[in-house]
Amino acid sequence: MKHLLAAADLSPAEIASILDLAEEMHAVQSRQVKKLPTLRGRTVVNLFFEDSTRTRGSFELAEKWMSADAVNMSGKGSSVSKGESLRDTVLTLDAMGVDAFVIRHSGSGAVHQAAGWVRPNVSVVNAGDGAHEHPTQALLDAFAMRRHFRRHSTESWEDKTIAIVGDLTHSRVVRSNVSLLQTLGAQVILVAPPTLMPAGVSTWGVEIAPDFDAVLPRADVVMMLRVQRERMAGGFFPSAREYTVGYGLTRDRLERLKPGAAICHPGPMNRGVEISSDAADSVNSLVLDQVSAGVAVRMSVLYHLLGGEGQA
Amino acid sequence: MSDLLITGARTVSGGTGDLYIQDGVLADPAAAPADVPRLDADGLLALPGLVDLHTHLREPGREDAETIRSGTKAAARGGYTAVFAMANTSPVTDTAEAAMFVASRARRDGYAQVQPVGAITKGLAGEELAELGLMARSAANVRVFSDDGRCVADSLLMRRALEYVTAFDGVLAQHSQDPRLAGPTACCHEGPVSGRLGLPGWPAVAESVIVARDVQLAEATGSRIHVCHVSTAESVEVIRWAKKRGIQVTAEVTPHHLYFDTSEVQGYDTTYKVNPPLRPDEHRTAIAEALADGTIDVVATDHAPHARQDKDHDFAVASPGMLGLEQALAVVMETMVDTGRMDWAAVVDRMSAAPARIGRLAEQGRPLRLGEPGNVVLVDTTARADVDRDASRSLSRNNPYHGRTLPDPVVATVWAGRITYQR
Repeated sequence: MKHLLAAADLSPAEIASILDLAEEMHAVQSRQVKKLPTLRGRTVVNLFFEDSTRTRGSFELAEKWMSADAVNMSGKGSSVSKGESLRDTVLTLDAMGVDAFVIRHSGSGAVHQAAGWVRPNVSVVNAGDGAHEHPTQALLDAFAMRRHFRRHSTESWEDKTIAIVGDLTHSRVVRSNVSLLQTLGAQVILVAPPTLMPAGVSTWGVEIAPDFDAVLPRADVVMMLRVQRERMAGGFFPSAREYTVGYGLTRDRLERLKPGAAICHPGPMNRGVEISSDAADSVNSLVLDQVSAGVAVRMSVLYHLLGGEGQA
Repeated sequence: MSDLLITGARTVSGGTGDLYIQDGVLADPAAAPADVPRLDADGLLALPGLVDLHTHLREPGREDAETIRSGTKAAARGGYTAVFAMANTSPVTDTAEAAMFVASRARRDGYAQVQPVGAITKGLAGEELAELGLMARSAANVRVFSDDGRCVADSLLMRRALEYVTAFDGVLAQHSQDPRLAGPTACCHEGPVSGRLGLPGWPAVAESVIVARDVQLAEATGSRIHVCHVSTAESVEVIRWAKKRGIQVTAEVTPHHLYFDTSEVQGYDTTYKVNPPLRPDEHRTAIAEALADGTIDVVATDHAPHARQDKDHDFAVASPGMLGLEQALAVVMETMVDTGRMDWAAVVDRMSAAPARIGRLAEQGRPLRLGEPGNVVLVDTTARADVDRDASRSLSRNNPYHGRTLPDPVVATVWAGRITYQR
């Protein structure tokens, strides 16, 4: 692997390799001394054109625990507002001689463009581009789900149904998850008001359900996506209250889930809107497992990109 | 005004003969003096010079992207002898003085006739009418008005503008885009591709609702409406209906909407970002058929030069638009002539006669007959070549045909007897 730009690019073998190594990395996380020497001498720039707390922090921890030199750069205000093109920003930082970029950008496709501009030996990891992809999120979700399945039933993905619920139009998480889960062989059900369904979703090969209640008894995992309040101004739905009644994982719906069904949320959560506190804090909630998996998965991804033959 | 004898050219009607241009006007070849400059056109097809109803020349304001000189050189390379220069320059062409600046600069620098298009509203802001009458009555003689790049969304303002320009036989060229249905970030045809790529969608209906409104306003006011860069099957249906009703509506299609479909944007190459966006094949087929049957009157390039730094942003932020002048005839050959949809007489109509007629440009788009203007493009109907953006006469490099093999028809362009391009 040279870059990680989209979950859609990953083969089943690559996914398995990343998740399996992440298991080993996860064991490191619980040690008192977490440092691995693997990426010593390698420099990774976290280039975030869009605000992020948890994703950037998760990547930074992963880089530091792998002994890479991690540098955070905020792309905010350095590009369009100063009249500099995205290409010039990327070329400028690339010319400093780094080994990898972890890039987040509000524009869909921006990270793909950047990967086309960096020097040939430089790797690019997509940390979220617009409403397009967030592949490490899908990988960490799969990691947390796989662990949950191992605890509760079988590891097989083929007999699992994952319902993804929320603002799907504006979500990069749903696109990465659908691709990854389809590659793994799971069934995906998308649940959202029609105004928040992506254009052309009928071509995705997933089940589309406007009625969340009918989905509850069938799902092995319900993944609740954040609904931004500003979407109300866009006329996507009338009120947070109405949204919650139709699509929120309320206490009532929690009780109607299949026994052992897992609850995921990529955060940050709007408690009381798309997810109730009862659901977020329930015994089958994987919310914190997802966060913890994030560091392990990102360590594994960095190893797959930088830890191979290019190692010093 | 120059004298020139073009020898041995075929014409669209099937004959072969010489064309003698004396003082810029076609004259009897038998009267040509022996020492007149000659252009050998043996085996070539002679067409009237092409006319582009929709060109962005970027001067004044963005001379780093294009100038009147470089843009008209590109036009001549494409076989054009006249272009209509869109008003979205800086300053905007919304006054007689601004229009006369473009006209006078074109007289000095132009490799083709440049007819300024006036803005419909002041500063293209869509709020108050620009000085339409003063532009029309000025030496620039403006007849086509457009806020191109922006849609005149206010229905009342559009009605007033349509009424007002009837006083001087003006026409409004509308960029049909409902700004609520397709807002400022809309950049990809709304459908499976935009949904997968996560790009803000530009739904087809955002175009056709405006077209439907405008043709009815044109009917109500007895005015002329021209629909810029038609890109959807639904717009075509509305225009067909309006023409049947006798409404004075004309329409254009761009070469790139005939040639490309939405799939081009899948690699996020901003060269393919254009407004309106590239549409799926069913729309592309509908507009090609409409061009063939005359529902769409003209091919207009929407030649939109952009400096590299304005394209090197993320897709939603990059400037929309692509070059078109140099390859327009090649694309029309490839998509319309070589496919059997149109003959050469229809090409002359859609790319020369009709645009000149719509824009009221008397000295352009005329047949190659005695006494008519000496505007000629000589065409090799068999040549093909790989398009190289670096070989462009434009100052910009956003050529979407780069690296593709296309017909390479234009051998020479003659504007009023002056050779403005020769291969």
